[in-house]
Amino acid sequence: MGVEINVETLNAWYEDRHILHGISLRLGANRATALIGPSGCGKSTFVRCLNRMHETSPGARATGSVHLGELDIYRDASPVEVRRRVGMVFQRPNPFPTMTIFDNVASGLKLNGVRDKRVLEEVVEYSLRQAALWDEVKDDLRRKSGASLSGGQQQRLCIARALAVDPEVLLMDEPASALDPVSTAKIEDLIFQLKSRYTIVIVTHNMQQAARVAEQTGFFLDGRLVEFGATQTMFMRPSDKRTEDYITGRFG
Amino acid sequence: MRIKFQQSLDELKERLLVMAGLAEQAIQRSIEGYSARDVAMCHLVLRSEPAINELEREIDQKAVDLLAMEQPMAVDLRFILAVLRINVDLERVGDQAVNIAQRAQEMTLLPEAELPVDIPRLASLAEAMVRRALQAFIEGDAELAQSVLQLDDQVDEMNNAAFKSLSLLIQQKPEVTPQALSALIIAKNLERIGDHATNIAEDVIFWVVGADVRHGVSLADA
Repeated sequence: MGVEINVETLNAWYEDRHILHGISLRLGANRATALIGPSGCGKSTFVRCLNRMHETSPGARATGSVHLGELDIYRDASPVEVRRRVGMVFQRPNPFPTMTIFDNVASGLKLNGVRDKRVLEEVVEYSLRQAALWDEVKDDLRRKSGASLSGGQQQRLCIARALAVDPEVLLMDEPASALDPVSTAKIEDLIFQLKSRYTIVIVTHNMQQAARVAEQTGFFLDGRLVEFGATQTMFMRPSDKRTEDYITGRFG
Repeated sequence: MRIKFQQSLDELKERLLVMAGLAEQAIQRSIEGYSARDVAMCHLVLRSEPAINELEREIDQKAVDLLAMEQPMAVDLRFILAVLRINVDLERVGDQAVNIAQRAQEMTLLPEAELPVDIPRLASLAEAMVRRALQAFIEGDAELAQSVLQLDDQVDEMNNAAFKSLSLLIQQKPEVTPQALSALIIAKNLERIGDHATNIAEDVIFWVVGADVRHGVSLADA
């Protein structure tokens, strides 16, 4: 099941560049939250702080607290454990090109030491079903490589790969920005279905997508969270003029 | 800045104001036709209806195109939704003016009768409501729009008083029943114009502050 994420006074830097300024917000369990904002506003950095990926960049550091339920991910857990509980899907699908479809999905489990063939098969099927890809690839699991799939299928493969390690949170950084409208719709349907089991955070530049998939939306600007609340309110009646200027395209 | 989109919104507003001008003119002329028993003036009102209907369709199409093509949000979305609704109300104001003109035209065929109802006064109040609602739309002024809602009660009261006095007249002087009934219907038409002005004012409030104040919900509670 999904878990609530509670972020308090999160600050992040690259070298001496202060990227995030005291972000505090609660991301509801089993809900989809969209993060919007202009390029360079810090939304991707914020998401990368939620699974401790930010600190893997040279010169990057973060302060403040991020709780997954009761767990303080910066104090009480290792980055590896955090990343098992918080899966991530990126803008461009990045399946392991030389691995089969099966091995792509199973890779995370194998890294975690799972060797039992039956367990692997069960989890791969379950994950591919969850990612709404099973029917399309079930006959080619061990014959085709992940790279042989279409862009939309590759992205769902990456989602299946993220789900295979049984996370509680799924972070999606512009997961449909490189996809055609049909593949985008499939990803959005998937988000709708997955949120009953996972807490989902999606970074998107597509306002309509945010409106379609997320119950909550946060607007970032210059490393600050300007507004956070119910998506419907945000897009119909935002309370901050900067939010309104951004979503109506009056920026700059 | 979405320049083309902003221009399209400005054009939409401009076309709606043309529509508003035609609807206002139709009310004025219909009342003039009634007061002066001027058949030619009534004809002018009837002839203006196709232009109002055509504009309604044009504005509707422009608004729907913007919704489909520009996928507006927040204040822009509220503006276009408000325009769509105001458009319908203005067309109906035009319909009410036509109804008044038709009734006034028929009354010229009847002997003139002294009627205990001040139609021009009721009309000027209904017109003032429409004008004020449109002014609020032009200026994006929610407070001015709010003041329109209060005027509606006065129009309703005048219409109720007209109903009572004309009903009494019909009982006392049955020979003027056709004239009294026509005046009654005209008063009702004017009361409906006041209702449309109220709707327009509510839509302006929705556009400007995002609050739904229909059906008596106050701005503070919305």
